[in-house]
Amino acid sequence: MKLTIAITGMNARADNPGPGVAVMRCVREVYPDAHIVGLSYDALDPGLYLPLCNASYLIPYPSTGENALLRRIAQIQEYEHIDVLIPCLDAELLSFEHLQSELQKMGIAMFLPTAAQLQMRDKGRLQELAQLADALYPETRVLSNTGFFYNCHLEGWHYPMVVKGPFYEAQVVYTPEEATAAFSRIAAAWGLPILAQRLVVGEEFNLAAIGDGKGKMFGAVMMKKRATTDKGKAWAGISIDDEKLEAMAASLIKELNWRGPLEVEVIRDQKGDYHLIEINPRFPAWIYLSAGLGRNLPAALVNMILGKPLPNFPKAKPGTWFVRHAQEAIVPIGVFESMMIDGYYAPEEAPTH
Amino acid sequence: MSGHTISEISSTRALRLPDAAILQRLAISETGFVFDPVNGNSFTLNGSGLALLRLFQTDNDLAHVCSTIVAEFDISERDAERDIIEFATQLCESLRP
Repeated sequence: MKLTIAITGMNARADNPGPGVAVMRCVREVYPDAHIVGLSYDALDPGLYLPLCNASYLIPYPSTGENALLRRIAQIQEYEHIDVLIPCLDAELLSFEHLQSELQKMGIAMFLPTAAQLQMRDKGRLQELAQLADALYPETRVLSNTGFFYNCHLEGWHYPMVVKGPFYEAQVVYTPEEATAAFSRIAAAWGLPILAQRLVVGEEFNLAAIGDGKGKMFGAVMMKKRATTDKGKAWAGISIDDEKLEAMAASLIKELNWRGPLEVEVIRDQKGDYHLIEINPRFPAWIYLSAGLGRNLPAALVNMILGKPLPNFPKAKPGTWFVRHAQEAIVPIGVFESMMIDGYYAPEEAPTH
Repeated sequence: MSGHTISEISSTRALRLPDAAILQRLAISETGFVFDPVNGNSFTLNGSGLALLRLFQTDNDLAHVCSTIVAEFDISERDAERDIIEFATQLCESLRP
């Protein structure tokens, strides 16, 4: 019987791609015969139409609630018999975590952080976690209104600073007016609270790994961004190998007893010290680099979920580049119609529903 | 700085090389392509820069490096001193911890 793996996050806009397509590419390399199901929220999400998927489905936005998500997954499960599900987006993780036991009853296995772990790496609480893990962290304020931007000098804050959303987006701002505009824009997109963070000058590095849920880190892959999109997302990067960064991530994972994939984002200052910026509770969009380095983390996660032995990864090799490109998925009108009307598309053997 | 000789500068510690550990970790190609595996930075060097960087990896005595360069390249001691000082300064800027 074929292994069926469902992956979310098929959004892949060139300036801010979701991780789903990259996760799917990684899984496909190790499980070429698996039946892969793409799940996403918008009919314009490109990953839904790529031949990497055997079937694609729309699922309801997290804002519609967990019951709607559960009903939709149950409906999809009637056709697909999903064995493994890999959620790839921050905003949906808590819902999947809450639904874990129901999904397990349907035969769907996941490997996710607990709700408490998700809260501990929440942007508003990262300062506390950084202290426990002995990691540097730029001072951060949690804001529910814009007053701070006009009075921050009284508390020793100076511009430029960074304004960040609760899930996504960050903008460097130079004036109270610019900060207020960023606050409104990000709050409108992602809701409150908004964070103000002191700006650390340096270069951005990222680490992806899997936490085993018992305090150990598996398969770290590190990279430095070498080119970014307007939204600050990696367009090109290069693998690096730094024991200091690896030790910092291992310490965070140990402190959290992290369970599942994660990405640690840091800034390296001019003295070579790392400042923790964010912990994302899922694989990053650049995760295909892990396959390029022979340390295919998404495929290892599937092994972990299925209780199979974990691969013996070679040592992470520094100096391997990735450079993204954008390409067009050609979608016949009937396919788009199917996605819009039925929330479903499969390039072959489409069941009737 | 061009008025100082290498030995004067070295003895007064006015000039320094990048940290020895950083110089040792560099991956250096014959083509002059240099990659730092810890911070991901890369840059390219011409032939004389490459020769100097290789010397710096094994010898931090600037006066000694200068005499090696003078013996190897068709260059006066004064020009060699100036170039080495300038190159070492650039390296310190490029190869931060």
